[in-house]
Amino acid sequence: MPRTKKQSAAAYTQPRHAEPVTSLQAFLDLQQGQDLLRFITCGSVDDGKSTLIGRLLWEAQQLFDDQLISLQADSRKHGTQGNDIDFALLVDGLAAEREQGITIDVAYRFFSTARRKFIVADTPGHEQYTRNMATGASTADMAVILIDASKGVLTQTRRHAFIASLMGIRHVALAINKMDLVDFSADVFRDIKSAFETFAEPLGFESITAIPVSALRGDNITERSGRSPWYNGPTLLSHLETLSVSRVRIERPVFPVQWVNRPDANFRGFSGTVADGTVSVGDEIRVTASGQTAKVAEIVTMDGTLASAAAGDAVTLRLDREIDASRGDVISLSKQPLETTDQFEATLVWMHDDAGLTGRNYDIKLATQNASAAITQIKYRININTLSHDASKQLQLNDIAECNIATSKPLAFDTYNRSQVLGSFILIDRFTHATVAAGMIRHSLRRAQNVHKQALSIQRTDRELLSGHQGKVIWFTGLSGSGKSTLANALEVELHRQGKRTYILDGDNVRHGLNKDLGFTEADRVENIRRVAEVAKLMMDAGLIVITAFISPFRQEREMARELIGEDRFVEIYVNTPLAICEQRDVKGLYKKAREGLIPNMTGINSPYEAPDHPTFVADTHNTTKEALLAELTKLVGN
Amino acid sequence: MQWLREAPSAPDLTIATGIHAPVLYFGTDAALSPAPKTPHLKRIEAEAIHIIREAVAEAENPVMMYSVGKDSAVMLHLARKAFYPAPPPFQLLHVDTRWKFREMYLMREYVAEKSGMDLLVHINPEAIKKDINPFDHGSALHTDITKTQGLIQALDQHKFDVVFGGARRDEEKSRAKERIFSFRTDSHRWDPKNQRPELWSLYNTQKNRGESIRVFPLSNWTELDIWQYIYQESIPVVPLYFAKKRPVVIRNGMILMVDDHRFRLLPGEEIEEKVVRFRTLGCYPLTGAVESNAKNLPEIILELVNARVSERQGRAIDSDASASMEKKKQEGYF
Repeated sequence: MPRTKKQSAAAYTQPRHAEPVTSLQAFLDLQQGQDLLRFITCGSVDDGKSTLIGRLLWEAQQLFDDQLISLQADSRKHGTQGNDIDFALLVDGLAAEREQGITIDVAYRFFSTARRKFIVADTPGHEQYTRNMATGASTADMAVILIDASKGVLTQTRRHAFIASLMGIRHVALAINKMDLVDFSADVFRDIKSAFETFAEPLGFESITAIPVSALRGDNITERSGRSPWYNGPTLLSHLETLSVSRVRIERPVFPVQWVNRPDANFRGFSGTVADGTVSVGDEIRVTASGQTAKVAEIVTMDGTLASAAAGDAVTLRLDREIDASRGDVISLSKQPLETTDQFEATLVWMHDDAGLTGRNYDIKLATQNASAAITQIKYRININTLSHDASKQLQLNDIAECNIATSKPLAFDTYNRSQVLGSFILIDRFTHATVAAGMIRHSLRRAQNVHKQALSIQRTDRELLSGHQGKVIWFTGLSGSGKSTLANALEVELHRQGKRTYILDGDNVRHGLNKDLGFTEADRVENIRRVAEVAKLMMDAGLIVITAFISPFRQEREMARELIGEDRFVEIYVNTPLAICEQRDVKGLYKKAREGLIPNMTGINSPYEAPDHPTFVADTHNTTKEALLAELTKLVGN
Repeated sequence: MQWLREAPSAPDLTIATGIHAPVLYFGTDAALSPAPKTPHLKRIEAEAIHIIREAVAEAENPVMMYSVGKDSAVMLHLARKAFYPAPPPFQLLHVDTRWKFREMYLMREYVAEKSGMDLLVHINPEAIKKDINPFDHGSALHTDITKTQGLIQALDQHKFDVVFGGARRDEEKSRAKERIFSFRTDSHRWDPKNQRPELWSLYNTQKNRGESIRVFPLSNWTELDIWQYIYQESIPVVPLYFAKKRPVVIRNGMILMVDDHRFRLLPGEEIEEKVVRFRTLGCYPLTGAVESNAKNLPEIILELVNARVSERQGRAIDSDASASMEKKKQEGYF
């Protein structure tokens, strides 16, 4: 008899074995201790995945009569099985999927047994939907990987196992399906099982449980099959019901602040979900970014106050004293402070049609922290079929790559292996706002990660009170010889005369000291400006008006400085002198040398200058007198 | 919690009419002392609170849809938990079709009074002007004008950028594919083929001006979860969910309740009394009852555990056309 792939409706109308529940108490007793298992199913349609899910839903009594009837109607319309039920139509919920007969997106299905509730993320199996599988896997506790017994371990099996392990899944159930096609051969089963185990060894799964099944016939799904007497393991459903997926408990508490709750002057609480560990009343906590500490006075919920809150609990913390913390701050115990970093290595899964480029700025969201981030280096791309490492200049849709990431400010973090909440992030395009990538942090690239910022008693505002004016950074940019240093110098003289505290960071002076190790390649220029921006920030913090005079040719680095220093303290002056005039002036003789080929990276000649889009002020030294410009600049700084 | 328990002492909410008396009644169940929440319910409760806080923290002008049904009741309860001791920092919005069950209107007034929150009610003025109704215009047109267009009008008028809805993924197969934070274009359209990837509990809330995000905190809840939670948290719901003798008409296999004088009988139809209850609530001429004896929450839960049909079976609007929910959602429906 030819084997039809899809099951007929008749097979599903037999009485199910579960007994009806007759009293609420019996039901509630059944439910006590009932937890949730989230799992992902991987495999293509040909492996019998839809049939398996249909079977599980049916066996768990989650497929209702009216759904079965509508499925029959759908099957006649879109199905490929004549009058038989096409179970793919049950899981492929979008019209486009039903019309094209493929699974495009993750679908979530729900069923429960007496022991557990289940959420199944049913994900497409094709390589072009790698990102969808990664999405489904990100919230899963375990994976059911289907293998067609008549085909054995395929490239796609390896891909599914790799993505599951990449996303942190530690347990795999290997459903070796269509056992009826190989006459329930114990040898076939063992060969496939050991082939998979050999391949998966480096992926480090905690458990791999191979189960011989026929989703179509129902063998070893909920009841042991008489056709595989050699198999002593659990049925698929009993394995799902009993598998222990408790994650490694991290004792160290992490509490990302989501929301500051202050209904009135008497109550101020920090709301969020405990990410790791346990927070208890009386604990001394520390705000990671500011270093401020306080004690937990109360853990508030609408159901009453708690003595402690564990990972996963959504609560509100009230502290014993006022501290300055807001959304995006991450709270830890003061004796177990968190590490922060602004540079780390991470595995990225690229999720967008627009390619990922090094140097481009994206928004990053890590727990409740927001910042901007750039890929500084693509170390290698992982070939998900062979696991080999390939060089890559940019990231394409579905690429998985090891990258270095730099962020605009230090973020509280952990590795993904230790903390799913502090070790995962998404990158968002700044213009379209699309989610372009998901990332998992491998390690920090900073040695200073254990240097925790000290909470200092004297703040910038205190210093500014003493100076009588705000700290600021006046950032001059323009070609060499445009007049930056001349204007900067004149401005400082004027400000000094007014009794303001100032300091000039000049290109040439800094390069003689702090930055004497740097040359003029693109990378060195980026680093040059980064250091200047950091120094300027410190001096501004000291209450000074800092004037910088650097060519600073790249828009991106000036934006970095602007973000570091803060929009309201950063005054960008574009000294707009045409190249011809600069070259004519050639105060230092550099243009002449560059034209003679003696200077390889001369801005304006053989290295680009990116003019600012929206500078605070444009100084036209060619058509305006120095005195007039100075008057304008002084006014600008005074504001 | 306090306002929930005051429920039975709100005597002025009974209205007697010629056909039947809609009445709010949250009686007998309060006497039971429910068992502690299961680990499963705790997990999805915390997840929903996390989602609600995340959406509000990153929204400019959030609003919560309040449709008066059981899912809305649970969602509102979770919102109160998320911001306790403060009230939820947003308004409630009810897009009214003028054809809801009368008990639902009583419930709405009750919640507006007890929650201490602002409840906006929007009715599409065109629906009033043209007297759009399910009897003359059919379910598709009635739903489009009163619900979909009404909703879009309200969102445009108030410029809400984040809109909470009580939809669950187990309800219907296009919902099973929808994100928790579901992006909408500036014309409120959903593009199912171009959804943002949604990993871990990291939600991308960014958008351009005019665009909006529908947020579904109950995405991972099932119908059974909802009832168990209502039972364990003593959340008041519209009594239409409980079995009672009600005046009904059987039409095309659906049990329709004759809720007011606007109901139109077809030739040969007769009003009969049956003990029925509702698994979902909507416009009364479009919502089928089920024959049931489940008079209270424990009986409802038991009935559900042993159920053979799905919740949306009683909904006329879902079966109008193939993929009809997906189509309506694309056009802006919840």
